Amino acid sequence: MPNPLDFFAFEDLLTEEERAARDSVRRFVEAKVRPHVAQAWRDAAPLPIMRELAELGLFGATLDLGDGPTLNYVAYGLCMRELERADSCVRSMVGVQSNLCMYPIFTFGSAQHKEELLPQLAAGTLVGCFGLSEPDAGSDPGNMSTRATKVDGGWRISGTKRWITNGTLADIAIVWARTGQGASSIRGFVVPTDADGFSRHKLDGKQSFRASDTAELMLDDVFVPDEALLPGTDGLKSALAVLNQGRYGICWGVLGAAEDCFATALDFAKERMAFGRPIAGFQLVQQKFAQMSARLTHAQLLAWRFGRLKDEAVEKGGDIEGARTSMAKMANVETALHIARTCRDILGGNGIMDEYGIMRHMSNLETVYTYEGTHDVHQLVVGHALTGQSAFR
Amino acid sequence: MKFLVTVKRVTDYEAKIKVKADKSGIVTDGVNMIVNPFDEIGVEEALRLKEKHGGEVVVVSIGDKDATQQIRSALAMGADRGVLVTSNDAELDSAGVAKILEKLVAEESPDMVIMGKQAIDGDSNQAAQMLAERLGWGQATFANTVTVEDGKVTVIREADGGLETVSCTLPAVVTTDLRLNEPRYASLPGIMKAKRKPLKEVSPADLGVDLALQVVVKGLEEPPQKSAGQIVPDVATLVDKLQNEAKAL
Ligand SMILES: Cc1cc2nc3c(=O)[nH]c(=O)nc-3n(C[C@H](O)[C@H](O)[C@H](O)COP(=O)(O)OP(=O)(O)OC[C@H]3O[C@@H](n4cnc5c(N)ncnc54)[C@H](O)[C@@H]3O)c2cc1C
Repeated sequence: MPNPLDFFAFEDLLTEEERAARDSVRRFVEAKVRPHVAQAWRDAAPLPIMRELAELGLFGATLDLGDGPTLNYVAYGLCMRELERADSCVRSMVGVQSNLCMYPIFTFGSAQHKEELLPQLAAGTLVGCFGLSEPDAGSDPGNMSTRATKVDGGWRISGTKRWITNGTLADIAIVWARTGQGASSIRGFVVPTDADGFSRHKLDGKQSFRASDTAELMLDDVFVPDEALLPGTDGLKSALAVLNQGRYGICWGVLGAAEDCFATALDFAKERMAFGRPIAGFQLVQQKFAQMSARLTHAQLLAWRFGRLKDEAVEKGGDIEGARTSMAKMANVETALHIARTCRDILGGNGIMDEYGIMRHMSNLETVYTYEGTHDVHQLVVGHALTGQSAFR
Repeated sequence: MKFLVTVKRVTDYEAKIKVKADKSGIVTDGVNMIVNPFDEIGVEEALRLKEKHGGEVVVVSIGDKDATQQIRSALAMGADRGVLVTSNDAELDSAGVAKILEKLVAEESPDMVIMGKQAIDGDSNQAAQMLAERLGWGQATFANTVTVEDGKVTVIREADGGLETVSCTLPAVVTTDLRLNEPRYASLPGIMKAKRKPLKEVSPADLGVDLALQVVVKGLEEPPQKSAGQIVPDVATLVDKLQNEAKAL
């Protein structure tokens, strides 16, 4: 009989090192993360595990920080899946530090940025965040209002960034601001969060991503020196290239959340009695499992193929096409959310209790559906690639 | 200091173990395999002692080719190199393991051999004691704390009645107990470095060891099935049942 969580022997597609990396993260998660996620949700408090995640070597693991990259993209993806098996917020904590902060410094930063910042970010002694979205510009960041004005010896930045993950923990923020007219004038800056005129506050009242640090950053005429500019950034497309890194981790991460819900629901259905038999024996329940399993299998194989293609592209000095990244994010997040909702249903009333974790995953996935490009925006990117016609203009 | 540490490949303690139909052994297909947890504690202790006193940590596994995975896990934690002695469980007993290790000790001349107090599959708790005897070295088993000073190792050991402190001149054989330390997680860079570390393969014949079995496993049985429990209405009934049905009181 095939393994219910690995119906098409996905495991055999992995190398020994990829599995070893995954297993190490899994052990860490089981011991240090999973026992605390339900409480973190109740308390709306991020887990204080930045240093331990750094010790594990997760931050910037796909970047060549001198010795060659620690992990290929497939192994990195597998690690994200293990983190999100516990909670999406933990995957996001790593994703933001690695993909949305270290990656732009690595790709667009000066030699000095890389030398000074990357080792500290890798060690977790410095925490970073990524500020693109604004209260009035999310899907359409080209219309952002944050502005950087050139002054003697540097820049003055004013504007508000909202929904910023790791925002109150961060020592530095990668702030995107327009330097002139239009989206092509957008550039990235490394802004210390203790700069004069920089203030921030935590967003309260979240019903999703409760164990994540989500903040609003306010920049009121913040002065940064010339060296704060990431010299390689060139318009909105640089910010979007960064987000494509984040989306890669999401495509894998959500598998973990979906698999966790699926495993919980399957165990539950085999034990839960109704009308004198386990509910797993009812045709309607079996149909739900069969369909979830088929979709989960698609999602696993898509993530794997995405990873292999990305590894090939990166090895050649390029990157995988944005439309493929959009499809993978769109498809896998939708699948995960569908699975979480269906599992919630299968557990009946128990499905809403935090003891089982399904409602938490489900609600977290609502954020994942929206952030780093909403589901619909990714459909439009894929639609553009398929039809040659942009729905945005 | 040089440490020789054993890492046996064993079934995961969380796995559900089934006996083969012919009772000759257990079903290992589809069962997750891990480093014997007591050995992992041994690797951790050796790494800590090396961090303090300098030296080298050599890990050895006796088993089939798949045991390279367990060696790689120890290398990923930070051990320096590995030795695989190719063999399989069916042709090994504790005395055979001790003989193989004796030869390796002659080759490697470690200052300390660190082993788990037992492997969680066979649970024999003999190999280390036999090895010390064959070598004529001191032994300190069930270690809870290990300190090395002036050519001596002092071990606080978990004896039945409490803690006992013993001290041996080096070289010596030490076995680990559960509370000695909490093994580190292999870091991701550690895992990637592990594949480039040296791993040597030898056979018992290469070492000149004759593995004639002294202990033969005749057959394995599953433990008897537990029958379902009973819920009793009150304490009086419970005491009555314990006294008269279970005859436990
Ligand atoms: C918990 C959390 C953490 C986040 N972390 C970060 C972070 O670290 N850094 C950061 O910069 N941002 C972050 N975000 C912001 C996130 O990326 C945005 O919320 C997202 O891009 C959507 O923007 P919006 O909320 O303004 O919604 P809107 O853009 O206003 O979208 C509202 C709806 O309109 C739809 N829509 C918009 N345009 C179109 C169109 N052209 N055609 C069809 N439908 C359209 C959308 O699909 C959506 O359904 C985070 C968000 C959350 C919730």
